[in-house]
Amino acid sequence: MAVKKFVVGSFDDEAVLFPAVKKVRQAGYKIHDVYTPFPIHGLDHAMGLRETSLHTAGFIYGITGTTTALSFMGWVFTTDWPMNIGGKPHFPLPAFIPITFELTVLFSAVGMVMTFMYLCQMAPFVKKHIFHPRQTDDLFVMAIELSDKTSAEEVKGFLSSVGAKEINEQTAEAGWWLGRFDKEDKVFAK
Amino acid sequence: MKDQFVVPARLKTTSFVLVGIGLLTLLIGIFALGGEHGPTRFWAGLLQNSTFFLMVVLASTFFICVTTLAHGGWQMAFRRVPEAISMTVPVLSVIVLVVLGFLIFGNKGHIYHWLHPEGDRILEFKSPFLNAGFISTMTVITLALWSILTIKLRRMSLAEDKMLLDHESRKALIWKGTVWCGLFAVVYALSMGSTTPWIWLMSIDAHWFSTMYSWYTFASTWVSGLSLIALFVIYLKSKGYLEMVNEEHLHDLGKFMFAFSVFWTYLWFSQYMLIWYANMPEETIYYKPRVWGEFRPVFFLNLIINFICPLLILMKRNSKRNYTLVAFMGGLIIFGHWLDFFQMVMPATVKHLYFPWYELGLGLGFVGLIIYLTAQQLAKAPLTAKNHPYLKESIIHHT
Repeated sequence: MAVKKFVVGSFDDEAVLFPAVKKVRQAGYKIHDVYTPFPIHGLDHAMGLRETSLHTAGFIYGITGTTTALSFMGWVFTTDWPMNIGGKPHFPLPAFIPITFELTVLFSAVGMVMTFMYLCQMAPFVKKHIFHPRQTDDLFVMAIELSDKTSAEEVKGFLSSVGAKEINEQTAEAGWWLGRFDKEDKVFAK
Repeated sequence: MKDQFVVPARLKTTSFVLVGIGLLTLLIGIFALGGEHGPTRFWAGLLQNSTFFLMVVLASTFFICVTTLAHGGWQMAFRRVPEAISMTVPVLSVIVLVVLGFLIFGNKGHIYHWLHPEGDRILEFKSPFLNAGFISTMTVITLALWSILTIKLRRMSLAEDKMLLDHESRKALIWKGTVWCGLFAVVYALSMGSTTPWIWLMSIDAHWFSTMYSWYTFASTWVSGLSLIALFVIYLKSKGYLEMVNEEHLHDLGKFMFAFSVFWTYLWFSQYMLIWYANMPEETIYYKPRVWGEFRPVFFLNLIINFICPLLILMKRNSKRNYTLVAFMGGLIIFGHWLDFFQMVMPATVKHLYFPWYELGLGLGFVGLIIYLTAQQLAKAPLTAKNHPYLKESIIHHT
């Protein structure tokens, strides 16, 4: 990933944040992300994020689980090691259904958690830059990515005009990295 | 805001035509079904349709009950719809009472062979439970409680419209609703959740029993009832009523239909697999005509309509928010569970699979009756419970 320049504005009210997000998007600035202490309904639409494809991934993981369970059990009990259990056929579908169901759930659950972690860039020991220490407490923090054509002063002025309380400029790693906060991230370095 | 429903002439005509088809079928049935399996088929069709549609409209009362008990707010924007559907319960109760009266006391169609337990050790053993007096008493009590509690819940909701708007009386309203709905939940659990399907439907196969049966019947009628609510909501929406209802509410109804279709399949499979695994003749006899006999196509069609279709079609978010698709699935699910009741009743009574013109005709008659009565009830009161404290929660509802 790359180190980028951001202008960070913090809001203390949800009612100010929504119109601000709208105006920032209209002005054409690129919102890196908005950090909130709790999930806010409709913020994803306001930010113009596309619908997640996590459920499609979940469906694919699920049918992979179904196929794995049925084909493995089928292979074991018809080809590899056929056994006579209570006089049932060698491919007793009803008896396989509970296991197939479990494997479907297991595959889709684990797969979706992994995909979610990847999409949100979260993993054990992996760090992401924290724009404001209070973004998990009581502030709504909006980070705007600066391009070559946008000047920091202009974005700062714009943010204060839409109601941001605290505005500053940060240079930080945009993605995730493996390491330590106290040595590598300036917010905590002081 | 269009808040007062006026029954459109076209809806009225449609319902009259459907009821007419039902009555005509009944009349033809009296004359045409005089053959070898005639009278049995005549009464079996009536039993299947009357119990199925009563249980489906009763699901609306249960919907009001569970959402009230869970302090749910999202359904307030269209709660008058399940209320109106539920007011069909007393009428259909009378029909069921008449049909069961003929079956038990008239011994019509020889549907309940537990009426004559003499010489049959199993039926003699079960006769303290399976006898005309006990069963009919249970039926009358159940139907009376269902009707009384349904009317009570409806009256309470209508009384809200004339209520004072202060904090205390609103609190009292919530508490009163909780108490009456709690009472209905207990009655429903003890009737629909256990005894009623035993005495009306499972006792057709009096030698056989399944502990999953009532749950299975409940799941079948509950998902159909939810589909019926969705269908009426979509109809009213298409006519420009229910302005506060939007895709968010439809999405939640669609989720309900999806989830309970899967729940039904879970019970369908649990009942089947345990019997298949144990492989004991006195239990597998139930599935002999259904899986390996004439009713095999119906049995698997049932699974396709009620499981595969909802699973694949209603899985996507966009399809649950699509009015046309949810309406189509609602109709399909109700038909599917009607077919489910068909395969529950017919193999033990009629014993042969005929083209179900008679049963379908009766079904259309019941559909017409439900449409007519529900439309009448919808027109009697404003479509929004404007004084309910949770209404705002429903207006701003967001999934």
